[in-house]
Amino acid sequence: MRILLVDDEEEFVATLAERLSLRGITADWVTNAHDAENLVNTQHYDLAVLDVKMPKVGGRELKKILEKKQPGIKTIYLTGHGSEEDYQAGSAEAEFYLMKPININDLIRKINDALDRKAQGGGS
Amino acid sequence: MKELLKNFYPKFLWGGSSGKGPLYQHMFNYSRLWRSAVMLTALSAILPLLAITWFDYNVTRKAVESDTMSRTSRTVSNTKRTISGFLLERKSALDFIVHDNTFEELIDPARLEKILENLQKSFGGISDIGVIDATGRQIAYVGPYSLTDKNYSGQEWFRQVVDRGIYISEVFLGFRNVPHLVIAISHELPNGSFSILRTAIDTDQLNDQMTTLELGAQGNAFIINTQGELQIPARHHEKTFEKIAIPIPPFSPSTETLDYHDPYEGDFIIGYAYVPDTPFILMIAKNKNELMKSWHKTRVEILIFLSVGILIVMVGVIGFATFFVNNIYIADQRRIKTLHQVEYSNKLASIGRLAAGVAHEINNPLAIINEKSGLIKDIFQFSDKYAKDEKLTGLVDAIHNSVARCGAITKQLLSFARHMDVSFQPVKLETIIRDVIGFLGKEAEYRNIHITIDVAKNIPDFESDRGKLQQVFLNLFNNSFAAMTEGGNLNVAASLMKDDRVRLTVADNGCGIPEKDLKKIFEPFFSTRTRTGGTGLGLSITYSLIQEIGGAIEVSSTPGVGTRFVITLPLHAKNIKEKPHAHTPG
Repeated sequence: MRILLVDDEEEFVATLAERLSLRGITADWVTNAHDAENLVNTQHYDLAVLDVKMPKVGGRELKKILEKKQPGIKTIYLTGHGSEEDYQAGSAEAEFYLMKPININDLIRKINDALDRKAQGGGS
Repeated sequence: MKELLKNFYPKFLWGGSSGKGPLYQHMFNYSRLWRSAVMLTALSAILPLLAITWFDYNVTRKAVESDTMSRTSRTVSNTKRTISGFLLERKSALDFIVHDNTFEELIDPARLEKILENLQKSFGGISDIGVIDATGRQIAYVGPYSLTDKNYSGQEWFRQVVDRGIYISEVFLGFRNVPHLVIAISHELPNGSFSILRTAIDTDQLNDQMTTLELGAQGNAFIINTQGELQIPARHHEKTFEKIAIPIPPFSPSTETLDYHDPYEGDFIIGYAYVPDTPFILMIAKNKNELMKSWHKTRVEILIFLSVGILIVMVGVIGFATFFVNNIYIADQRRIKTLHQVEYSNKLASIGRLAAGVAHEINNPLAIINEKSGLIKDIFQFSDKYAKDEKLTGLVDAIHNSVARCGAITKQLLSFARHMDVSFQPVKLETIIRDVIGFLGKEAEYRNIHITIDVAKNIPDFESDRGKLQQVFLNLFNNSFAAMTEGGNLNVAASLMKDDRVRLTVADNGCGIPEKDLKKIFEPFFSTRTRTGGTGLGLSITYSLIQEIGGAIEVSSTPGVGTRFVITLPLHAKNIKEKPHAHTPG
């Protein structure tokens, strides 16, 4: 299992990747959509954890790009904002929506849930 | 009926504007508007009424006056004819005598005595008769005095009778000391000379004629000579030959009337006529007040009509002015209330956005702290070196817990702000209550206020407006907090009612609301906390919000014991029409 973390807060995303790898989950991280796109060209990922609000290209837009490149890739949104827009997006995909600050165990549980669905061929 | 009467109560006189700034001022000065409306309408209604009444007053008065004048004039004319007739009768009798008798017969004392006797029988009041020749000597006389051979040639009356053929004297007393007058006529004799027949007539019969006149209690009738001396006694005390107080009226061949003011007896209408061929002036005086009695009655009626008319006009004008100004005032009040409500909603929305912004900005560094401290803990847990150092893991846990607390607060703020604009959706009542209470938790702790929440478990999630419910609870809880001192109790309870409604009570043991204020607390701008920043809109808006979501709110309070608000909310939103709500663009 390999997952991709995308968040414009480097300190946050690097630390999160390190903590996940401590738990046996291989996680690559980048801080913008452009880098994420490049990475996906060379590497296969089962799941992407995306920050909804990022400069230039946000998480929801990036999700579409990633799905084009790697159909079937699962997404979990992270957000530090409670805007109506985020809420609507999160409500549409409730299992894949987490608010910062996150609990690492919650995140791992969501990752597993999402991947289980993928294995069963369900999900969105 | 009571509702209708309410419209005539001048609310605008006592209602004020509590808002600040030009938007919240009333559009008009209502007292001035009302005064102007009353004055202009009253003037335009009362002026024509006054004009018509004044016109009618004058026309009626003139008609009555002219009627009085003509009646007086008629009385005078009739009386003049009577007096003239009286004198003419006697003159004609003398004419008949001189034509019926020869000069020789007339100067025969026996014949003359017979004539006198006949005259007395026919007319009465004739005391003597004499025949005077052209030289002025009385050649025959029958009467109480011995006037035979008396010469009248030097006297004025003799000259007049010679000139005009007839003479009627003024009244005089004569030797008998009885008021009487003299009639003398001249008669041509066959020899070219002339003789004069002269007789004295008592005035008693004239008196009788005058006393039968209908003149009213204050009226009077006089016969005067050209010097103003009474020729017969008048009705009120004046005796013959007394001079009357009224000035002698100017000569006129016909009957005239004039106004006369007596300083002691008031206004009189005087009718007079110069009796032809006599020295007499007939005067009839009638008291004007007596004559105008019918006018006085009419005048009182006109004035009553005018007063009642003005009263009706004023009642109508004041009533309608109050009604219309009230309606304008109420519309203006509504405008201000709406502006306040918009401002209040905007304020809440701004606070929500600000809170969300702050929460978001804090969330990112908080997430970093969370991950860093998580990593430290991970390192402790995953490496043997620090795994058993309880102090270090305890410290990391403390950081973690604090971050979790901060996270909970920011999530709550974000959640609250997020739901501000959302309309109907399934809501969990207890969650909303606890969310709102969450904001007041710290204050409650500092002030030692005990909050109990008792929401019945059988209340299902129901369709309602989460944002509006949040505002409602926030307003009510804030009010309770403001009313309570340290150590107060706030009790929030909800239960399911039989008719598919939820009954929610918010009770505090604060200072309570006096009974006189209790009726007004849901009115806009009613506040007892204006000095401490109360807008007087919180409960008014609460009331509107609850109505918008189809609920109802009631209040009961005992001063010094506490206040209880009871809200009922429908479980099904099907019958609720959502009102358009004012939001400001972000």
